[in-house]
Amino acid sequence: MTQQAMPDDAGTPVVPPTAAPPSHTEQATEPPAGQTILRQMLESSWLVSLLAIVAALVLGGVLIAAADPEVQQAATYLFARPSDFFEAVWSAVFGAYSALFQGAVVNFSAPDLQRALRPLTETMTVSTPLILAGLGLGIGFRAGLFNIGAQGQIILGGIFAGFIGFTFSLPPGLHLLLAVLGAALGGAIWASIAGVLKARTGAHEVIVTIMLNNIAVYLVAYLLTTTAFQRPGSSNPISPPIPGSATFPLVLGQGFRLHLGFLLALLAAVGVWWLMERSTLGFRFRAVGENPHAARTAGISVAWVTVWVMAIAGALAGLGGAAQVLGTEKVLTAGVAASFGFDAITVALLGRSRPLGTVLAGLLFGALRAGGFAMQARTGTPIDIVLVVQSLIVLFIAAPPLVRAIFRLPTPGGPTRAERHAARRRARATSSTTPTTQEAGA
Amino acid sequence: MSTATTTAPAAPAAPRAAKPLPPISWRAPIAYAVIGLLSLVFFALLPAGGQQTTFRLSTANDFFQIEPITVSSTGAALFLSILALLLAGLSFWAARDRRKVGIWLPIVFGVLVVFAFLSWAGAGKAAIPLTGLLQGSLFLAVPLVFGALSGVLCERVGIINIAIEGQLLAGAFLAAVVASLTSSAYAGLVAAPIAGALVGVLLVIFSVKYWVNQIIVGVVLNVLVVGVTSYLYSTVLTEDPGTWNTRTPLPVLEIPVLSQIPVVGPVLFRQTLLVYIMYVVVALLQVFLFRSRWGLRLRAVGEHPKAADTVGIKVNATRVRNTILGGAVAGLGGAFFTVAAGLAFGKEMTGGKGFIALAAMILGRWNPVGALVAALLFGFSDNLQTVLGIVGTPIPSQIMLMTPYVVTIFAVAGLVGRVRPPAAEGIPYVK
Repeated sequence: MTQQAMPDDAGTPVVPPTAAPPSHTEQATEPPAGQTILRQMLESSWLVSLLAIVAALVLGGVLIAAADPEVQQAATYLFARPSDFFEAVWSAVFGAYSALFQGAVVNFSAPDLQRALRPLTETMTVSTPLILAGLGLGIGFRAGLFNIGAQGQIILGGIFAGFIGFTFSLPPGLHLLLAVLGAALGGAIWASIAGVLKARTGAHEVIVTIMLNNIAVYLVAYLLTTTAFQRPGSSNPISPPIPGSATFPLVLGQGFRLHLGFLLALLAAVGVWWLMERSTLGFRFRAVGENPHAARTAGISVAWVTVWVMAIAGALAGLGGAAQVLGTEKVLTAGVAASFGFDAITVALLGRSRPLGTVLAGLLFGALRAGGFAMQARTGTPIDIVLVVQSLIVLFIAAPPLVRAIFRLPTPGGPTRAERHAARRRARATSSTTPTTQEAGA
Repeated sequence: MSTATTTAPAAPAAPRAAKPLPPISWRAPIAYAVIGLLSLVFFALLPAGGQQTTFRLSTANDFFQIEPITVSSTGAALFLSILALLLAGLSFWAARDRRKVGIWLPIVFGVLVVFAFLSWAGAGKAAIPLTGLLQGSLFLAVPLVFGALSGVLCERVGIINIAIEGQLLAGAFLAAVVASLTSSAYAGLVAAPIAGALVGVLLVIFSVKYWVNQIIVGVVLNVLVVGVTSYLYSTVLTEDPGTWNTRTPLPVLEIPVLSQIPVVGPVLFRQTLLVYIMYVVVALLQVFLFRSRWGLRLRAVGEHPKAADTVGIKVNATRVRNTILGGAVAGLGGAFFTVAAGLAFGKEMTGGKGFIALAAMILGRWNPVGALVAALLFGFSDNLQTVLGIVGTPIPSQIMLMTPYVVTIFAVAGLVGRVRPPAAEGIPYVK
């Protein structure tokens, strides 16, 4: 399973669509340059990602339309007046998606520029924990470890950050630094449990991290009933507020929730890129992910890599918890991780485990989530549709052949249409009755 | 890690004595000893003596009534802990002589420690209703058993099924909707497997046709099912709950005579139809998986698909059929949450039970009866938490709720012996 930890074309390096020539251009009959570029664009994984998003939005639209009362009403007399039906479908789907867009990117109906751009900053705020946790999971995926435990690691990061934040009183900069480091440590410890168990006993990381998620949920619920964590004078499971010395400074002033945690996430993405692409440690991680047996033969300790990968992934997820507790929420509650840990899995998958991809995917899912709340408020479409769209996006992304089949795109490395025709002509000339091998290969 | 167990392949003629014996694993005996000592110290020696614990055994309509048993709490805990420590000693002795101990030892050990715990937790409190405790345990274990059986079917054929959670939820949803529309709980029971099978279809299409990593598909399908059911719940179901989402409980069927046997009767034979179906499914799977042509082919495909293909078994077709069947089994288990529990459908009402089922499958070593036992264990700890909450307990409920997950981690980390999944699981078969 470790060799197959990623969707099949995820291993291709992220390159601009025009950079890498596909194999078939080496053939003698060189097609015109324009056609080659078009074909390279059609074969690129970026286009597949884009079309996967389109397909997911279309399917989500079907669901939005199906549950809309006006559409249901119009469907009863579909054959008498089909235009009514299509108008109802259009208004339901367009209404929901435009509300989603305006809630996530730019609010066109806002009175001033500041409020018009507010949704975009909300998207960035929401995407912060998704990016951080997704970066960690991406490292795991590339090292062949399927870490489902971001949820628990975020919670542990939140617990550590919160505890350091509201228990001690320290000078502003130092306090924040300690709380952030504590969060990274908390996440790393939690993830290392799975890493050590995997390395020493072979316990499957999927099961252990799922169990650790559940334990973390009850752990934070329990801690918030103890005197050390519960807000004095409150019977609710909520911690004391985090003092200003330990919170992330706001980036754009009081009008926006966007805090320095987002910049931390971007920095972390650069750091992960450096780690995975430029450092020896990252090379070892990738080697183990590609083929653990070969890596072992080459003298890399697979057990050691397992523990390190989990610890780093946990530290990043823990930072995601810090972003929530020290930035967005400014308090520790039992729902600190919301569903960020699970969404981060889809973020990492959509981003193909690459830092840049993860940042973009995190922003997309942050936008879907931030816009989803606006959509729910404005058109009454439940935010659950966002989950549907997210999961469909990942399903389509994971199966490029499916997307190519839906949109009738050429297969990468396969024959072009002209080549297929030529092959067919040749086959007819040699009066072969079986289909051409090239077609079977496509 | 496995260097100690591998032997040279080309030495069949060598005398048996020359083969180096694997090192003795002291892990299990040490664990038993530690748990036994903890039980002795915390349940028997540390608490103040002189308090009584009462166990209630009978329900109102049994053949004959058994008087509630009242024991001295520390005395009973002492007795049970010492018995547990004797078992730990037995385990040491067996490990030294390289003997195999049966599956009975961990079970008996567990029962002893649990009763020691109960006599400590119930000291000076209201009587502990033992029958109710066991009955509820079995009831709560139902979705876990079905989910774990689904996992056994899928993984034995080589497809990792992380989507059990989604299959349970889909089953719960469709069971509630169909039961509500037809006003018949049994119709819901028929619909539930269909929903689960649909999720199974998606799982197998993406894993067999598109070779997507099966864990990824499973995780994503879980999200998809949560999204679709929550969305439909928030729109269609809440707009007109009278039509779409009425509570339609499955009636409790008492099996005549058998249900009146004290303790055993109410626990096993005073349940809903779903529980009786569960007995049948476990028994059928246990027999057919290991004693039929279907089972042999299924396991062959999961262990060595190439060999299976060579002898003419259609690998991918077998995987498709059995994964869909597995989905249907999990879907049937989903009916527990709505029609069997007598509840209307609610958002994300399975609450992670699918993942516990997955753990139960691993604890049960990919074996139907093993999965049943493990699922019962989880059901018991779940229900124990509820019962002790009513009786009143010194332990915070969150810690109690945590226990099954901690136990699972210990278990998969090799405490119960190394577990080995089917060899070809998770690997798409490409001719």
